Amino acid sequence: MTQSFRLESGGFINRDKKISFKFNGKNYYGYEGDTLASALIANGVHLIGRSFKYHRPRGFFGAGVDEPYAIVQLYRNGETEPNIKATEQELFEGLEAKSVNCWPSVNFDVGAINNFLKIFLPAGFYYKTFMWPKSFWYKIYEPFIRRAAGLGTASIKHDKERYEHKYEYCDVLITGSGPSGLASAYSAAKNGAKVILAEDKSRFGGTLLTSEVNIGNQSGKEWADSIISELKEMPNVTVKNRSQVFGYYDHNMLVMSERISDHLPKTKKFHPKQRLWYIRAKEVLISSGSIERPIVFGNNDTPGVMLSSAAKEYMKVYGVLVGKKPLVFTNNDSGYETAIEFKKNGIDPIILDTRKEPQSEIIEEAKNMNINIKNSYVVVAAQGYKKVKSADVAKISDNKEELGSIENIACDCICVSGFWTPTIHLASQSGNKTKFNEDIDAFVPGISKQNEKTLGAANGIYTLEETLKDSFEKGNLLSKKITNNENKISFPNVVEKKSTVHDKFWCVPLPKGKNYKRFLDFQNDVAVSDIEIALKEGYRSIEHVKRYTTLGMATDQGKTSNLNGLQLVSKIENKVVPAVGHTTFRPPYSPVSIGAIVGREVGKHSKPTRKSPMHSWHKKNNAVFVDAGVWLRPRYYKRGEENLFEASKREARNVRTNVGVCDVTTLGKIDIKGPDAAELLNRVYTNAWLKLPVGKARYGVMLREDGIVMDDGTTTRISENHYHMTTTTAQAANVLSHLEYYLQLVWPELNVNVVSTTEQWAGAAIAGPKSREVLKKLFPKSDVSNEGLPFMGYMEADLFGVKAKIYRISFSGELAYEVNVESDNGYFMWEKIIEAGEEFGIQPYGTEALSTLRIEMGHVAGSELDGRTIPYDNSLEGLLSKKKDFIGKRSLSRKAFAAEDRQKIVGVVPLDKKTSIPEGSHLVKDSNAPLPNPKLGYISASCWSVEHDNPFSLAILKDGKNMIGEKLFVMSPLKNKVIPVEIVSSHYVDPKGERVRS
Amino acid sequence: MLHIKCPHCGIRSQNEFSYGGDATVKRPELGKEISDQDWDNFVYNRKSLRGKHWELWQHLSGCRQWIKVQRDTATHEIFKTLKANEEIS
Ligand SMILES: [Zn+2]
Repeated sequence: MTQSFRLESGGFINRDKKISFKFNGKNYYGYEGDTLASALIANGVHLIGRSFKYHRPRGFFGAGVDEPYAIVQLYRNGETEPNIKATEQELFEGLEAKSVNCWPSVNFDVGAINNFLKIFLPAGFYYKTFMWPKSFWYKIYEPFIRRAAGLGTASIKHDKERYEHKYEYCDVLITGSGPSGLASAYSAAKNGAKVILAEDKSRFGGTLLTSEVNIGNQSGKEWADSIISELKEMPNVTVKNRSQVFGYYDHNMLVMSERISDHLPKTKKFHPKQRLWYIRAKEVLISSGSIERPIVFGNNDTPGVMLSSAAKEYMKVYGVLVGKKPLVFTNNDSGYETAIEFKKNGIDPIILDTRKEPQSEIIEEAKNMNINIKNSYVVVAAQGYKKVKSADVAKISDNKEELGSIENIACDCICVSGFWTPTIHLASQSGNKTKFNEDIDAFVPGISKQNEKTLGAANGIYTLEETLKDSFEKGNLLSKKITNNENKISFPNVVEKKSTVHDKFWCVPLPKGKNYKRFLDFQNDVAVSDIEIALKEGYRSIEHVKRYTTLGMATDQGKTSNLNGLQLVSKIENKVVPAVGHTTFRPPYSPVSIGAIVGREVGKHSKPTRKSPMHSWHKKNNAVFVDAGVWLRPRYYKRGEENLFEASKREARNVRTNVGVCDVTTLGKIDIKGPDAAELLNRVYTNAWLKLPVGKARYGVMLREDGIVMDDGTTTRISENHYHMTTTTAQAANVLSHLEYYLQLVWPELNVNVVSTTEQWAGAAIAGPKSREVLKKLFPKSDVSNEGLPFMGYMEADLFGVKAKIYRISFSGELAYEVNVESDNGYFMWEKIIEAGEEFGIQPYGTEALSTLRIEMGHVAGSELDGRTIPYDNSLEGLLSKKKDFIGKRSLSRKAFAAEDRQKIVGVVPLDKKTSIPEGSHLVKDSNAPLPNPKLGYISASCWSVEHDNPFSLAILKDGKNMIGEKLFVMSPLKNKVIPVEIVSSHYVDPKGERVRS
Repeated sequence: MLHIKCPHCGIRSQNEFSYGGDATVKRPELGKEISDQDWDNFVYNRKSLRGKHWELWQHLSGCRQWIKVQRDTATHEIFKTLKANEEIS
């Protein structure tokens, strides 16, 4: 294909570097510096997709972020990405793109039958038509709508690209590198402020790239280039292109997405694809410019109808003609600039100006160039289906209500200018209450809410000289405040052509007998008639109208649709536009990839991984690991072909018969010191702590103020004023915060310090009837006999030259010890234990066996202490002191907590002693009762009892106290299981607790 | 993301802190009789204010101190921060 719409010369593209690409399977080429849009237009391709709702043909409407139509599916380096704007995607070698919203193809589209049959989907169509019958939605309506509409396809593959996050601080952040951005950045930088200048596009300069102006005897572009190169040299300035500041959040934090590699065929090694910047700025200067506004007329969505500023940008930046027989339809002078550019490139445009007798320098120039200008003329309707072929035009009366006779003018594009709308998204997001500016028919920022100021066109200032003056000054003033340094810049001489006032005309009336679709929102197919229906049906608030009709939704965010929609509502409602107000602008201003938002927090990086000092030993010995909070713990140690069930049974059995060792490093540990340490424990634990002797441990339960159990664990008195507290792995951080809360805020008079020592100690639980034998070998010099180290005793001992702490505590219900050494010695300790235990048949055991052992013992853990149970529910009421007050005690006297038939922990055994019981199942009295079957309780934890060799579960059961011996049913609708069971004591093994004391 | 001035460490980002609720609630003294109503008010009942609100935050990833922060719940403006032992004025 030849680039038949490429101009001989001009533009800022590199004509020496041809780039080949594919669109909808066809090969094309463009030049380095093209966007996908400019390259396609150069090749005469204007049909790019189908519209979202009606599947009408779609072309290009803009040349940048404002593009509502040209959204494609992109293929790059074996990956695919949906929702890419062709006007933003820079061309790279080998680029492939496909149309979306068309099925089966862009040229023949089934959905478009809707359009031809004139069964247009009116406002609220989805709500009205696809609602009934309800059962049709998932199976029939939704798949059909999805297939026919389509919004591109997200890849289901893992994204191999890397995305990064960066936190940055600056004095002044400037969003946009047009004239206002450059001028303010320059003066702020000269004053020594730390400046970040962000430009969304690849080229700096904004409108200076396309306007015929002179600044200090340079063209606009030359001036922009010289400022940028000077800024780049300054150490206090960061200049970023391809970087969109898309959100303004609280306390002057803005978020910017930098597209580092999207314009390259492949991301370079060690480079991220995109980087998300969290920028905290002292001052923010919003220089986001303005977006040209469309004029509403019949079939104004036909490919070839586009913004006049876009047509000019394609010529000036890319050397591309959007058409060879252009019609310019304008209500202001901007259309003339586009027409003049056409004329300079040897093309004869026709200008239709809605104004009667406008006069200005620009208009004079157009007249001098012999451009055909028709005053008081409007486009009534575009003609042509897949591309504009002609336009029905007519004279319009002075009151803009009567149309003259229709004439048809042949043309291949209609360049529309309905004046300019300031881009106030960021200002509005900052909390700034915008105000309506009558002169420009648009909203501009009002009083600043955060430290933001809006400059230039974004603030409704449309002349270059005024923009530059204001921007130099604001940049200077704001930075001076921060740096206490002023470097005055002499204001350059500015040459620009003067323009005259625009016509407040935005919608062409329908000619008699015609019912053309006149679109307001091009992306969401919202037409004038849709808004009319919505208002007729009683929708009043603009926020409701938006949701009912989808006006200004999706990626458009009202960029091109907002004001004309408001104009229409205000006209029908007979209100002024500011009384209608505008909908909320929400971040992101422009779509941001999910990858950029997630950053590096994917896969193993999604949370930190903590490993115990013995981790490598576990790995060497075939441990299968499980996530326990942020910790990685051995779940079981695989031998041969064993599965989880077999291995955990073997490990648990070995603890009951011989001896096992378990890595318990992950347990939370808190060091508590100070003369009031005992008093603190006495207040936060439910039982008594004031008389615990040195060298003794005690089990304790901690409540929240509402009486719910927060955590349990043992605390040991190491010396007079020194305690060592253990918490569950999961609650370690919360317990520390809890203690700090009371010490700092409630009882500051207590002289106690708490600090986490979880990582400082490596822990091994040695459990089983032969554990004392192992201990004797490990600590030959210490008296570890039942008298020397009784149950709940503590001693310090020497482990082959390493200081060790021995706590005689048990989670398994067996005779057991926990040995702690400093983390660095953890591996050494573990190896010594395995070595010493060999002759006694020691085996390491993982969390699965650990659970089995505690479940059949009836020891509660996280699945019972789940934030819903009180001590009674867990049979811990014996630990509630009657003599003292403690945190949460008062709540326990609440009626429900003291009820006679209060839920309580019980054991559950299947009648057949075979069927294992799924955790989370419900307990019911009658398995055949009509639904919803009254629930009596739930299974909190299940295991295979190694002591009894049958399944055993713990359950929290209503009136559990009186239910022992009852026969109930366990129901698991999820697993489709109904199991007859018997309720037994939760202490299924050694109910008297003799083993731990043996 | 808010910017919170820790009275011990200076201005830090919100993600270093955790929220701790209404700072004006006083825990009833341990061991003292209290009516059901007063106890419920302490444990459960909170005003959902629009506007200036004294609240607790803990500088979790910093000095670990609990601090008092006066914040506007509607605008997120922070007016004042105090140490745990400083009285709200
Ligand atoms: Zn701090």
